[in-house]
Amino acid sequence: MYSEKVMDHFMHPRNMGEIENADAVGTVGNAKCGDIMRIFLKIENGIVVDAKFKTFGCGSAIATSSMATEMIIGKSIDEVLQLSNKAVAEALDGLPPQKMHCSLLAEQAVKAALKEYYEKHGLIDDSNRAIFAEAEDHEHDGE
Amino acid sequence: MAQEERKFVYLDNAATTRMRPEVLEAMLPYFTEHYGNPSSLYEVGRDAKKAVELAREKVARAIGAEPSEIVFTGSGSEADNWAIKGVAQALEKKGRHIVTSAIEHHAVLHSVEALAKRGWEVTYVPVDDQGIVDPADVERAIRPDTVLVTIMMANNEIGTVQPVDEIGRICRAKGVWFHTDAVQAAGALPIDMKMLSVDLCSFSAHKIYGPKGVGALYIRKGVRLPVFIDGGGQERKRRAGTENVPGVVGFGRAFELAASEQPANAARLTEIRDAAIARIMGGIPHVRLNGHPTKRLPGNANFSFQFIEGESLLLLLDMYGFACSSGSACTSGSLDPSHVLLAIGLVHEIAHGSLRVTFGKENGLDDIEPLFEALVKVVDRLREMSPLYDEYLKAEGKK
Ligand SMILES: Cc1ncc(COP(=O)(O)O)c(C=O)c1O
Ligand code: FES
Repeated sequence: MYSEKVMDHFMHPRNMGEIENADAVGTVGNAKCGDIMRIFLKIENGIVVDAKFKTFGCGSAIATSSMATEMIIGKSIDEVLQLSNKAVAEALDGLPPQKMHCSLLAEQAVKAALKEYYEKHGLIDDSNRAIFAEAEDHEHDGE
Repeated sequence: MAQEERKFVYLDNAATTRMRPEVLEAMLPYFTEHYGNPSSLYEVGRDAKKAVELAREKVARAIGAEPSEIVFTGSGSEADNWAIKGVAQALEKKGRHIVTSAIEHHAVLHSVEALAKRGWEVTYVPVDDQGIVDPADVERAIRPDTVLVTIMMANNEIGTVQPVDEIGRICRAKGVWFHTDAVQAAGALPIDMKMLSVDLCSFSAHKIYGPKGVGALYIRKGVRLPVFIDGGGQERKRRAGTENVPGVVGFGRAFELAASEQPANAARLTEIRDAAIARIMGGIPHVRLNGHPTKRLPGNANFSFQFIEGESLLLLLDMYGFACSSGSACTSGSLDPSHVLLAIGLVHEIAHGSLRVTFGKENGLDDIEPLFEALVKVVDRLREMSPLYDEYLKAEGKK
């Protein structure tokens, strides 16, 4: 059912754990199946220098959490804000259709963490407001 | 994961079983040597016909019924569909109310739901927190327009065994037909139609070391169901279609063996099951046993591991070579947790971490320790990843 990449990230998750004194933490629950993901970010000079995750969920939720942290480390926060669940799924060589919603968990958790950070540092402006609003909508309908 | 650990252990005997060699041996001649159509007059046809009727006798004898009370079907699901939709059609004029339970197999639940869409009323009697139906609830649910009560003999997920003898007596006293799905009960519990007030009963061959795609419906003498499949004269004109001769032969052989071995099989599996439950509950914290401690199928154990999710659990167990199943939302396709686990009152989170282990003929006491060791590793690992476990530890730390 899962690609080799998914299985690899599930079996050997990268960046699993917590960051003490993280600069941003995002926790989201999946409205569809009840799973939970939490992401921790260390941000220096506008760059995500470290990311870790904890996930309560299926194989695809764990694999997307792992892949998402890999994809964002080293990127600027503005770039990270553009992360989409489709890009994470593609990086994993795809997910079964009924498992696409699991990848949203990763995208939403990252955005929830960034929202906290952007708000705390007064970085919300017209260029990103829409992205946060959209992420919130998703959180409510689980899509 | 270390390769030498990968000895494959099949612990999903409620999903299906591996065919026993005696069954395969009985079936083989009917693919090639005795290939005739049972409806034909010449010898290869007569051979096939004889084999089908002998298989019918074997199935009947295994459950204390008459051969004329057995019809072969293409699956357990088909037997459930036929019983429920057949009675509904036959007794439409008498009433349009059906009583069932909250924990039936989908073959039953979706059949009654299909009727509900067409105007039948359905009462779902609840189960208690161990998954048992109270016969008094069934009695209360029966109305003057009730035409059928359908409650399974034993549950496929949590293994609970229902008081079908008592439920049957209530139905009989009220003049309502009683169907029970005995797909999981066959071979595991003693079944004697002479002792039970059961009018219709479903069976499936692949759960008792027989072939897939063969089932049977017991229809008590005097119960008349409408024709299920129109066509030729097979199954006394009630289900047309050239018989699955090898399949039916295999079913007969499998049921004959299962019935004669039932007491010894049940005793052996109960010992394995109870040892597994004791080991796992005793050695891993935050685990619950789903279902009843004793009124359960001999081979069935069903656990919930708190703070973790079932699909991840299955994937990791598979890496260690263990094949099990789960009622987690993430494994269901529909993304809802199992209706059975919800019916016994589990919150979503706990239903999420469910694991069903079902032992069979090929398992032994020596499978328990390796399973336990793998589980300890897998559960630890997933808890380490779980935000819920963190929260729990933090809350504990504050106390
Ligand atoms: C209780 C119960 N009823 C019915 C069925 C369906 O049987 P079959 O697979 O032969 O359609 C099963 C098997 O999954 C079952 O466990
Ligand atoms: S997180 Fe539940 S299905 Fe993937």
